[in-house]
Amino acid sequence: MAESDHLLDLQHLKTYFYTFEGVARAVDDVSFFLDPGEVLGIVGESGCGKSVTAQSIMRLIPQPPGKIVEGRILFDGRDLVRLSMGEMRGIRGNRIAMIFQEPMTSLNPVYTIGNQISEMFRLHMGLGRREGLNRAVEMLKKVQIPAPEKRVGEYPHQLSGGMRQRAMIAMALACDPEILIADEPTTALDVTVQAQILDLMLKLKEDFDTAIMMITHDLGVIAEIARRVVVMYAGRIVEEAETVPLFEDPKHPYTQGLLRSIPKLGRRGAGERTRLVEIKGIVPGLLDLPEGCRFSPRCPQVMGICRKKDPPLGRIGPGRTVRCWLYFDEPGKD
Amino acid sequence: MDPLLAVENLKVHFPIKKGVLSKTVGYVYAVDGVSFVLQRGQTLGIVGESGCGKTTAGLGILKLVPVTSGTIRYDGKDVTDADGRRLRALRREMQIIFQDPYSSLNPRMTVNQIINDPMQVHGVFAGSERQDRIAYLLERVGLSPEQGRRYPHEFSGGQRQRIGIARALALNPSIIIGDEPVSALDVSIQAQIINLLIELQKDFHLSYIIIAHDLAVVEYICDHVAVMYLGRIVERAAHGPIYTAPKHPYTQALLSAVPVPDPKTKRDRIILKGDVPSPINPPAGCRFHPRCPYRMEICDKKEPQLQDLGGGHEVSCFLYG
Repeated sequence: MAESDHLLDLQHLKTYFYTFEGVARAVDDVSFFLDPGEVLGIVGESGCGKSVTAQSIMRLIPQPPGKIVEGRILFDGRDLVRLSMGEMRGIRGNRIAMIFQEPMTSLNPVYTIGNQISEMFRLHMGLGRREGLNRAVEMLKKVQIPAPEKRVGEYPHQLSGGMRQRAMIAMALACDPEILIADEPTTALDVTVQAQILDLMLKLKEDFDTAIMMITHDLGVIAEIARRVVVMYAGRIVEEAETVPLFEDPKHPYTQGLLRSIPKLGRRGAGERTRLVEIKGIVPGLLDLPEGCRFSPRCPQVMGICRKKDPPLGRIGPGRTVRCWLYFDEPGKD
Repeated sequence: MDPLLAVENLKVHFPIKKGVLSKTVGYVYAVDGVSFVLQRGQTLGIVGESGCGKTTAGLGILKLVPVTSGTIRYDGKDVTDADGRRLRALRREMQIIFQDPYSSLNPRMTVNQIINDPMQVHGVFAGSERQDRIAYLLERVGLSPEQGRRYPHEFSGGQRQRIGIARALALNPSIIIGDEPVSALDVSIQAQIINLLIELQKDFHLSYIIIAHDLAVVEYICDHVAVMYLGRIVERAAHGPIYTAPKHPYTQALLSAVPVPDPKTKRDRIILKGDVPSPINPPAGCRFHPRCPYRMEICDKKEPQLQDLGGGHEVSCFLYG
């Protein structure tokens, strides 16, 4: 039996993809935890490994080419990495559920919404068809879909984008999971609909007491709903902190750059605008990662050691870790 | 002096055809009476959610979709019905950059060919002058002339958007329409492209129309902002007042819905009910009335018109006046 004080505990997870061009280290030594009922934000740009981390937890990594090569994912005393696919099916959707960015492609177009939600009850709770459908109507009501009795018999294409995302959430929460992993759940939605969905997620979190892992590139969404944040860059965690300290006093040059580079609503005022601070260069490809710190080629505060040695992810305060040589002494640092 | 571009009551309706005889059974009222002016050297932002008609309005101005009615004046001249040579001349002055830097570049052409293409089509700059111009443009957008021999797939998203910008600059246009120019890019790259667009505006004396859904980006780049909802402009003002004192209930809701990257600001968020209605059957009266928190009796009967509340801040809502 594996020990952990947390609801979910990732320890040194490494998920690699073996391609003809080489090994893509999509998730490279990632550790973090999730406690019951909390909202953890995982933020990063495309290719930083945030979605692959989520897929690893759900054991949805296509193999080959992907493989979890190292690490443990502890959940309820078990290491998810070691479970058989059969055992995993008892957890996936039932105790850990996931919603995706594009609700149209994650719902099955040839089954009704009701059918897809009631499948959760039939599979995981052994309910009958009719009972399952009744429960599906209840779920649609909880996610505030108008006229749920009618919607339950409709197909995904008959629903708007926001309604589809609500249906996805209904399906994910059907079995009252302990963890909900949301992978860019509002990115494809318009901002007024995004506000509806975020509002709904926070409300349901209270009602269902579900821990939420919110994966997004949008720092605004993180600031609105997360209590704690993990910042990822090129397959690595570069910083971890509670939300308020992270936004007020970001430590890692990448986090600092991200926060400075976004225009902030209502802040321009009437005067001349100040030039946006940009992060120079481009996000490195996972196949040719730079030596040393992966952010070093773009870092405005780069030092000699950064290009040679990978910095450790070290603790700099309660609940705060950062992966940067600025905060650690290393013999040979200049 | 005439404004560089003046659009009056622009309408773009798409017929819906059905059956073997392709009978027209209705219309998508994508853009339904939109007016604005673009002054020289200025940037106009058009914001709104998907389906509000902002992209179609941009395409209509460029005459890339047929305009149903309305007038478009470029430099004081009516160009609404321009075709043939006049249209070609007009297109030299107005260029577009697209949202998706992956699908808007021909994968079989080198970057040099992509930038050369508009100059060849329009027969401007010849021989070595053209080669020099390509190299110059590449440098101006932050690429090296050596990269011109490569193909689009060898570049990252941000670099491809730079190529698209170089192509738009090739003919030395006076107006560039940017249709969601940064929304497909990573956060750390967006700032690079925004800064580039602002630099180029000064150096090339450009006027921009920036079409976007990201209100913060539009606030940062634009001098004037028009908010669209279901084919109509509901509010129009300078960038300052529209963000600090929005008047239309839709603008207010839109602004309050934007997640702000500051965990300490807790705002009273206006959560709109329902979805944007279909532009095939826009609601009668004010198009926003079914979702409006302040709706009054008149709102579903009469359509409000844009009226100036002073200082060029225009709003189309019965709450005012």
